[in-house]
Amino acid sequence: MQEGSVQEAHVHAPPEGFIRKYVFSLDHKVIGKQYYALALVAVFTGMILSWLMRLHMVWPNSKIPLLEMFSKNGAPGGVMTPEYYLSLLTMHGTLMVFFVLTNAPFAAFGNYFLPIQIGAEDMAFPRFNMMSFWTTFAAWVVLMLAFFIPDGPPIAGWTEYTPLSAVGKDAGPGMAWGASLWGISIAIFCVASLLGALNFIATTLDLRAKGMTLMRMPLCTWAWFVTSCIALLAFAVLFPACILLILDRHAGTSFFIPSGLVISDRLQPHAGGSPLLWQHLFWFFGHPEVYIAILPSMGIVSHILVNSMRKPLLSAKVVIYSMMSIGFLSYMVWGHHMFVSGMNPMSSLAFSFPTLTITIPATVLTLIWLGSLYGANIQTNSASLFALGFISMFVAGGVSGFFLAQPSIDIYLHATYFVVGHFHLVMGVASLFGVFAGTYFWFPKMTGRMMSETLGKLHFWITFVGAYCIFMPFHYLGLIGNVRRYQSFVDDFMAPYIGWHKFVTFAALITGAGQFLFLFNLIYSRFKGKPAPENPWNATSLEWSIPSPPPWNNFGGKHPIVYHDPYQYGVNGSKGDFVMQDSPEQVVPASGD
Amino acid sequence: MSSSIATPISSQANALHRKHAAAQVARSARRTSSSGIWVGVFAITMSFAAFTSALVVREGTTDWSHLVLPPILYVNTAFILASSATLEIARRFLRVSIEPRKAGAWVGLTLLLGVAFCFGQYRGWLDLRAQGIYLATNPNSSFFYVLTFMHALHVLAGLVALAYLAYRLSGSKKNFRWGIFANAAIYWHFMAVLWVYLLLLCRAEL
Repeated sequence: MQEGSVQEAHVHAPPEGFIRKYVFSLDHKVIGKQYYALALVAVFTGMILSWLMRLHMVWPNSKIPLLEMFSKNGAPGGVMTPEYYLSLLTMHGTLMVFFVLTNAPFAAFGNYFLPIQIGAEDMAFPRFNMMSFWTTFAAWVVLMLAFFIPDGPPIAGWTEYTPLSAVGKDAGPGMAWGASLWGISIAIFCVASLLGALNFIATTLDLRAKGMTLMRMPLCTWAWFVTSCIALLAFAVLFPACILLILDRHAGTSFFIPSGLVISDRLQPHAGGSPLLWQHLFWFFGHPEVYIAILPSMGIVSHILVNSMRKPLLSAKVVIYSMMSIGFLSYMVWGHHMFVSGMNPMSSLAFSFPTLTITIPATVLTLIWLGSLYGANIQTNSASLFALGFISMFVAGGVSGFFLAQPSIDIYLHATYFVVGHFHLVMGVASLFGVFAGTYFWFPKMTGRMMSETLGKLHFWITFVGAYCIFMPFHYLGLIGNVRRYQSFVDDFMAPYIGWHKFVTFAALITGAGQFLFLFNLIYSRFKGKPAPENPWNATSLEWSIPSPPPWNNFGGKHPIVYHDPYQYGVNGSKGDFVMQDSPEQVVPASGD
Repeated sequence: MSSSIATPISSQANALHRKHAAAQVARSARRTSSSGIWVGVFAITMSFAAFTSALVVREGTTDWSHLVLPPILYVNTAFILASSATLEIARRFLRVSIEPRKAGAWVGLTLLLGVAFCFGQYRGWLDLRAQGIYLATNPNSSFFYVLTFMHALHVLAGLVALAYLAYRLSGSKKNFRWGIFANAAIYWHFMAVLWVYLLLLCRAEL
């Protein structure tokens, strides 16, 4: 496809009035910032939940101030009940995976920068875009309601396995309305994500500027495009699953509940369902979901690294094909979450092969990053530090995946802290490092001001060291048999290792406190930061050719023309060692290659 | 970049040139994007694929009776297939020359047939209820109600799109945009195809 079709964006008039400009805005930039703000609230909520969990874990009988005020049933006298620990665990996972890791790298940065990077005035469907955000917001409100109902949030984990999540209040506290609110919230979230993914795909296919072939798109744009393709198919499967779950809970159906099930000494009035079906449907969504969480950060990090190294990656094409392979393979591996579910061991083998195969494109990406870094004179700033940190976290978290991919080993390690360490490092921390890198990199463009480099570097080192302190011990703890989703181990065989858990708790508190530095930097710089030039990083992609912050129609009514790929660094350009993507000047390589 | 200027040597060639130019304008006006609707169709297909796999792969006990589909479903099938035909007839009145009023009439007929389909589906549910077969009666009935209800929900959205299309066609020729017709047609035909698929699935599995 040489260029986009003749379709113009459904352009809208410049916004007037506070509500149109900042609340129900059709502008993809405002919507991107709204997603970012929601993710920021969700991540700090999730972080505080993790603090509460860690405090309870090492001091189970301690009184946590203010907790009783928050939930009388969950923490009578300030002492957290074991069930409330599970409630907090469920909400931590749900908030983090859905409202942080899907929102921030994908919806927030993607919405803001994808149209600009392809040279468009806005997304293909600005009204759908606005609906996407406010539907996501509605989903978040519904989820948070679970904290405020008397019974509390559900205790079934972010994976809400059936039959316990389908039978209702017999399954425990929070499993009446708490679990229903979860189901409704996630169903709403699915609709929002589907609309968003549709927008991304249509925009990328149709609204590229003249000269912007698919292969000339920046790597982060490619990452958002591949992610939206994955998201479209994944959320389309989670939505029916949530519908069936809600029907089981409220309409008396039995999609997931077998006959003869006795819970809390009560025979459940259902028959004919399959609990394993939920696991299949959920993980068919759930595994692509983790690639939705990581791919945008991979793209953002690639984009930032090229800029910091002042030379292109070894092969952008291979990076693009690797991202596409990861997207494709992600649909074949879901059963590796179910090795111990009782399914046919032959199925386990069938899932293990593609799981190991998907490590190939991930390794190719890592080798390209590392190979490109070799011999590079990298300019260190907060953004590039977090980009480098991403590679470290991704590899550290990823290598434990090789072990978990094999059923024989996973039988032992499943549901232990080994898995917790794996996914937190490879998905949680790595993805957030990509978000941090993107924030430091794009903040000047979004606000017209620079963030504090000193605070940024301090934030990086605290987070980098802290994350390793928190999650590395989990691998060892898992290997010696520390089970996950247990509220406390002080009285059992894990008692000798409570010291490790105390270390992790302190690390978590300190690392978490460090994030407030970031929050302060973000808010302070927004109002008092040094004014930023149009292109503070001497970068080449189209977002750096427009003012900071960009006007409502991005390119001021002009239609940019693109002449080459976006990674012309290390060349003799008229402005320096780079040539911008919309510059027609001839590209002369600086070194003779 | 050189530009070629056509210089017709006779008035006959001139007329031919004008006819080709008009056809080309008509074609380029139709070159609007349907990416969005195809992406939507893809997502909806994936959702129903999930429902299908839930139905086909279920491992629960199978001691419930086979569900006899209410006969009115076949009448409804005829309605929705007929509505696809009427929509294509409407397209004929927009192909070379745009006659929005005639096209609008056929779109209106499509809309009526779609409404008849929805009422017929509701009648089918009432028929089952009369036999004492409700949503939660047995897993077969649960799947039947869920599949037909979800399909009907998407058909309702299609009816809204058709109503909007009919409204646009009731205006002047200048008001007409091909994108609305093309995308509504893709979605509506998809609804018909999806229904035939669901009918065959229910017959085979329930």
